[in-house]
Amino acid sequence: MLGVRKTGETGSVAETSVTNVAEAAYATKALQKLLNNLQGNPNPLLLDLGPVVGSNVTFFGEQLGCRIRVEDIAADIDRHVKNNTLDKLPEFFSKRFTEPAGTVDGILCWDLLDFLDRPAAQSLATALSALLKPDGCLLGFFSTAETHHAVYTKYVVVDQSTLKYRTYPAARPRQRNLLNGDIIKLFKDLRVTDSFLMKSKVREMLFRKPARR
Amino acid sequence: MWKRDESVKPAAPPAPTPAAAPSAPAGAAPVVSEPRGQLGRDMVNIGKSVVIKGELSGSEDLTIEGQVDGRIDLKGNVLTIGPNGKIKAEIFAKAVVVLGEVTGNVNASEKVDIRDNGSVDGDIASPRVAIAEGAHFRGSVDMQRAGAAKAQQPQAQKPNQPQQGQPPQQPQHNQPQVQQQGQRVGA
Repeated sequence: MLGVRKTGETGSVAETSVTNVAEAAYATKALQKLLNNLQGNPNPLLLDLGPVVGSNVTFFGEQLGCRIRVEDIAADIDRHVKNNTLDKLPEFFSKRFTEPAGTVDGILCWDLLDFLDRPAAQSLATALSALLKPDGCLLGFFSTAETHHAVYTKYVVVDQSTLKYRTYPAARPRQRNLLNGDIIKLFKDLRVTDSFLMKSKVREMLFRKPARR
Repeated sequence: MWKRDESVKPAAPPAPTPAAAPSAPAGAAPVVSEPRGQLGRDMVNIGKSVVIKGELSGSEDLTIEGQVDGRIDLKGNVLTIGPNGKIKAEIFAKAVVVLGEVTGNVNASEKVDIRDNGSVDGDIASPRVAIAEGAHFRGSVDMQRAGAAKAQQPQAQKPNQPQQGQPPQQPQHNQPQVQQQGQRVGA
């Protein structure tokens, strides 16, 4: 499903996750770009919207000397699915973040927008765009594979150019594949600086908030 | 040349200093000094039936299995929150190992280590942070002091040149070459 798998020195990078989906390592190109963009900032603030991955916290902390805030949006989605309040998600996302607008240097959005309906995705994208500082960056992943498995993916950073994909159960499947135009509309306040279609069938996109004039 | 990580494996046990025991309420804490195999030095252990409300300070390594509400100040020493420990406090220490529950900000001058089943609800400020798989963490992490020196290095490198992606103990020059994947479709 996810394309060519990289193997490490030991040749045993795959493990079995809770959902029996193999854990594998894949190349990433946009992550390095994000790191390059953030490395010039002293003590940048990085917002990670996925579940807590300890090794990622260590990686980004050591690479960037940054402040990292982990806000698990997947857990928010699951909670709304279980409470049958998905229609409240757009309003929830508009008030979700406590950071003041224009204070975040980088956002790791991963592929969470794939799991949202259009109004909720738009609300989240608008909230994230507002959080970013001018010249701040957002890394988004968007699946291009036709999959309807109810699994989230934890993206575990191995190094600047390699991620491990580790799946775990989700309360709802991916809703749809976002097209390039859809994604650009979602983040209409940001500019696409890089976009890579990976063999893992993930589109990696890096956005930057235009600097103030 | 070889610098041992004092927060994890101290080189030699310091002489015990009874006068510097943590200032727990009199008679409240059955404090016993006992060697802890994990860290290899004398440590004070606060038992799981002990509840401390207020400020806890000292200059010895400390393991807490009980409950502390308030503030813990062990600058220069290792604080271990045992599996039964429940802390609602702001913590200042050299290194903090969490196996129990912490609600509050954690400030460590060397390292914070949240082990499997450990839980932290609060902001962490430390140059080194390790969060194990299965640990719970909600809050922010500030590793500014560790990154300050490294932040200068990347600027001297070419933008697309591979940089060090692992902790210093694990240099990457032996890692496999990354396959060229992906097609750049936008700029």
